[in-house]
Amino acid sequence: MKAAQVIMNTGTHAAALAAKCARVDVIPGYPITPQTSIMEAIAAMVESGEMNARFIPVEGEHSVLAAAVAASAAGARVFTATSANGLLYMHEVLHMASGGRLPVVMCNVNRGIFAPWTLWADHQDSFSQRDTGWIQYHCSSNQEVFNTILQAFRVAEQINIPVMVNFDGFAISHCLMPLTLPPQEDIDRFLPPHEPEWRLDPQNPSSFSNVTMASEYAPFRQMLSDDIRASIPLVKQAAQEYKEITGMWDGDTIDTYRLEDAEVVAFAVNSMAAELRLSVDILRDQGIKAGLLRPRLYLPFPAEDIINALPQNAQVMVLDRNYNFGHPGGILASELKSVLFGRRHDITVKNRVIGIGGIDLTRRFMAEQILAMMDE
Amino acid sequence: MATSIKKLPDIEQVLSGNGACGGCPATMALRIVGKALGTNAIMLLTPSCSVASMGMTPKLGYNWPCINITFASAGSSASGITHALEIMKEKGRLEGELPTVFSWVGDGGTYDIGFQALSAAAERNDNIIHFCYNNEAYSNTGVQRSGATPRGTYTTTTPSGKRQPKKNMALLMLEHNIPYVATATVAYPGDLYDKVVKAKNTPGMKYIEILAPCYLGWQFDMAETVQLSRMAVRSGAWLLWEAENGKISFNSPSSNIISGKKAAEPVDEYLMKQGRFKRLLQGSDASQRIAEIQGDIDQQIAFMRERAKINI
Repeated sequence: MKAAQVIMNTGTHAAALAAKCARVDVIPGYPITPQTSIMEAIAAMVESGEMNARFIPVEGEHSVLAAAVAASAAGARVFTATSANGLLYMHEVLHMASGGRLPVVMCNVNRGIFAPWTLWADHQDSFSQRDTGWIQYHCSSNQEVFNTILQAFRVAEQINIPVMVNFDGFAISHCLMPLTLPPQEDIDRFLPPHEPEWRLDPQNPSSFSNVTMASEYAPFRQMLSDDIRASIPLVKQAAQEYKEITGMWDGDTIDTYRLEDAEVVAFAVNSMAAELRLSVDILRDQGIKAGLLRPRLYLPFPAEDIINALPQNAQVMVLDRNYNFGHPGGILASELKSVLFGRRHDITVKNRVIGIGGIDLTRRFMAEQILAMMDE
Repeated sequence: MATSIKKLPDIEQVLSGNGACGGCPATMALRIVGKALGTNAIMLLTPSCSVASMGMTPKLGYNWPCINITFASAGSSASGITHALEIMKEKGRLEGELPTVFSWVGDGGTYDIGFQALSAAAERNDNIIHFCYNNEAYSNTGVQRSGATPRGTYTTTTPSGKRQPKKNMALLMLEHNIPYVATATVAYPGDLYDKVVKAKNTPGMKYIEILAPCYLGWQFDMAETVQLSRMAVRSGAWLLWEAENGKISFNSPSSNIISGKKAAEPVDEYLMKQGRFKRLLQGSDASQRIAEIQGDIDQQIAFMRERAKINI
């Protein structure tokens, strides 16, 4: 047995290495900050022969995903990555990927949306694609990015739904952190080769995404809706088996920290949730029973796991790095409230929008935010 | 000499019972294309008449695996498929001869919304054939103007006639330095067949544009599709040419017009046979507007004659 290897690497390189370890076949790509170095790393590995795959340098993000879905329909394992306006430019094809049941895996390196122009992280980009029918993970460390891409391929190919793996621009994408690479044979054991039950095949001519009448269209959409919800046990199973094989664990649908006896619960995603562990420690040092609940899965929103995990009578402090326009706060708070309604009358939900456009979110700043919210 | 229509293979890839209009030129052309490509091919379509007429899910009127893809992306999606097939073969997951990957797209999906992705696929020289069946308008949505609509044409978005000439799309594709470009039309099936065979046997990016006179959009009797196609060529409004590795040659009968052996027929008769022109050519400015259309045709003949001489 080979031992795991530990290296120092950035979040974007962790993503590129995960694509290599997943033995992907096709990667269409187009640069956009802060995602660009994923595509650069993949282009270099393909050219050197380190990665046995095709890199297609297309001319824009709409074409990135249009090439990706078509390659997937041809039977290939397909990976790509984007950010912010690139993701928005893909919007139409995001729907085609999910409606077409094509198990593409894509990283979105979170960045605020134009206009005005910004380069830095917030979560408006991925959350605004909620209704495109993709499963969405949000990751809080370089290691979790690597681990999640492998889990994402497994889930995507089991249920034929595309998966988006999100992580913050710069705080994760450009920061060096230790990265454990499991031996390739362990990864191969976790992620078997892609064997689609259907592909574009001249031996079996059939039409794909042709015109449907309502009597066919409606069942297709219902099936997609049902299957997205049915992915939750697969997400849990993938996390569990990945842990059994590699020893690594980032949570499954949710990740928690000092939650069991918490009276005040911080609720957030991505890198700010990693920093919030330290905020929780600060608050605990001050005698406040604080804890953290981080949804790792944003879509499908893990309602039952959140309902079951929240301690009795907790105050939940939702820290949103996005706006829910037309509402007073952010999108996560709305999602959480809709889940709790009629189920957990004991829970209080408070909400602030912070960190927009990459404003630095330190442990002390967020601890202060939570303290202030307790008085509201 | 082009292959005789009598000698085309018996194979039929366009199956009976599809939903095309009577006299549909796109379907006629696709039938010839099928004879040249055979069964080992994968077909991409973007929203257009050929999708609307291919049959409703789960039925299919074409004997290939067909994928209907987002409108703007025939170029990039075809690239995705061809790269997927090649790498899967390299990795031992596919056996035998790789299928021909071809896009079957209208003038909207080629000249306009699909131009960017198509240009990029050509620049990458990916191994695909892009067919544009050009009916000179957005026929599927009820005949609106496109970049392929000639000057003077009535469409629902040019009610007093289009004021601008069309693009020379085939020449634009040639300027991407791709190995094969050709134009064709349904009145010359042997010429089309030969060009598709050449494209099939040429690695890299191939572009074939087929003029497709649409009775609905052009407003003529649906029995006269082939006659209109022939009149377009004889008047020089449509030139038959091909370019292998950048060298342009003209095909009969356009070659005679280019060489001056035979003059192009005046455009009047061709125009007056079509409601899309006729309804605008009965006013007091008729002669001026016909002269404008004739001027565009003469200019293109002269330009292509000179362009073909450039061989560096």
